[in-house]
Amino acid sequence: MSYKIYDINEDLKEFMPKEIIDLEERATWGNPKRGVMDLPYTKELIEEHSLCAGCPESMALRYILASLPNPEDTIIVNSTGCTSLVFPHIALHTVHSLFGNQNAVASGIKRVLEWRFPDKVKDVVVLAGDGATVDIGLDCTLQSFFRQEKITTICFDNEVYANTGGQESGLTVKGHVFKMAPKGKQWDKVPFWQIAIDSGCHYVARLTVSSPKKVEQVIKKAIYVAREVGPTYVHLYTPCILEIGLNSDDGLDEMRARDKERFSFFEYMTPQAEEVINRVKEEGLL
Amino acid sequence: MAHIGPSGFSPYPVAVYEGVLNPPPGKALMFNEIVDEEVAMREAAKAMLTRPNPTIFPGPQVLYAWNEEAKEKAKLVRKMAEVLGAKIIPMYDYRPKYPKINPAIEINPNHPNLTIWHNKIKACIFVGVHCHYANVALKIIRAETDCFTIAMCGMAGHEDAMITLRDQHTEEMEKFIKIAEEVKRGLGRS
Ligand SMILES: Cc1ncc(C[n+]2csc(CCOP(=O)(O)OP(=O)(O)O)c2C)c(N)n1
Ligand code: SF4
Ligand SMILES: [Mg+2]
Repeated sequence: MSYKIYDINEDLKEFMPKEIIDLEERATWGNPKRGVMDLPYTKELIEEHSLCAGCPESMALRYILASLPNPEDTIIVNSTGCTSLVFPHIALHTVHSLFGNQNAVASGIKRVLEWRFPDKVKDVVVLAGDGATVDIGLDCTLQSFFRQEKITTICFDNEVYANTGGQESGLTVKGHVFKMAPKGKQWDKVPFWQIAIDSGCHYVARLTVSSPKKVEQVIKKAIYVAREVGPTYVHLYTPCILEIGLNSDDGLDEMRARDKERFSFFEYMTPQAEEVINRVKEEGLL
Repeated sequence: MAHIGPSGFSPYPVAVYEGVLNPPPGKALMFNEIVDEEVAMREAAKAMLTRPNPTIFPGPQVLYAWNEEAKEKAKLVRKMAEVLGAKIIPMYDYRPKYPKINPAIEINPNHPNLTIWHNKIKACIFVGVHCHYANVALKIIRAETDCFTIAMCGMAGHEDAMITLRDQHTEEMEKFIKIAEEVKRGLGRS
């Protein structure tokens, strides 16, 4: 099978909405060099979103979808949360797993695809919030790292359970007060990037989504390493402007401020991962 | 509306609970009656030719060039629309498109009634829509509108449509177009 099966029949093309014709004619399929620089000129794989206006999660999703090296053969597994509101609007295969099960579901999908399409590259990417990744889904997340599943896990860390109205999560900062954490969090923020390293991830990065180009680089590295070596983990700060009381146009400033402190850029890779990254760089794909 | 019990699980009235089942191979279903395919085709053509704002809803199986048959079927859908004087509004995929759809130019299986209401469609044909979404959409249309639904199905049919034509492929679609032309002539239209 190929994405060409989505070519629209000429006889019915004139009845198709513009955005669907654009997906065929102006989206960047079949080109691993695609990236965030294409955003102003090409058709995005995200149509619209129903997140709060100015939500940094929406920026992160746009950058990630623009950066996937192989979108036609990428399956995204997501979980319940604000991110999940976006998935009906994107033109990729997505699976909405039960909250917290995302890494287990992704492991199964990856294994079946390897067995079913041994000669094809199929990327499986998990995309979920901090509550799903680190709290309720912690077991499934870590076990997939322990088992060395060849999947990429991306955590949208907004330091709160946003979709359910503001409960503290393991990734909330100590002392932070939310609507449903009125006394302030009593414990430290879980350094999950470090736990990912200790649990066997071959490539780990921590950053905010203030720089689109940086997000692209990190996502591509994580996917290429996962394809060949083993689990990779990307930890993104996508502040919930609603729950921390910011305006729609404040997201970028908030991320830039955190770039200098708890979300300063951090990257880790094993020697095997480094080998893959260097090779991919030489091939001009990074 | 269904009450508690098996049919209560469905938010809409469901034909099977009224004893309406799909037709056996070689036959068609017209409301709750098993009839010859040709009889059903004639009635379907008549409904499309006489009711206001007839519309064909092609689904992914005919909209995209999956294979040669799909390409051929796309041509036939076009021809069928010409003969029936019908509009074509595509159901190009099944993503629940929230918060809005544009009902003038698209139909979504999760709220097909919006398109039917907006365009005041009183007769329609589903063709090339995958079974599971045809099932959902036809139930919603049946419950929420007074549109005469016709399912042109490549498989076993859809009991929630008012007319079900099953095992419909290029040959059967050509047959339907021929019959539609005859019915049209019979109605004094060319
Ligand atoms: C099994 C299960 N438990 C609980 C919930 C309720 N629930 C929905 S969204 C959510 C929080 C999501 O938080 P997070 O993963 O951080 O994503 P965010 O909304 O912050 O992006 C919870 C607990 C659920 N949907 N399913
Ligand atoms: S509640 Fe927060 S995370 Fe969710 S969409 Fe709004 S700003 Fe974004
Ligand atoms: Mg969260």
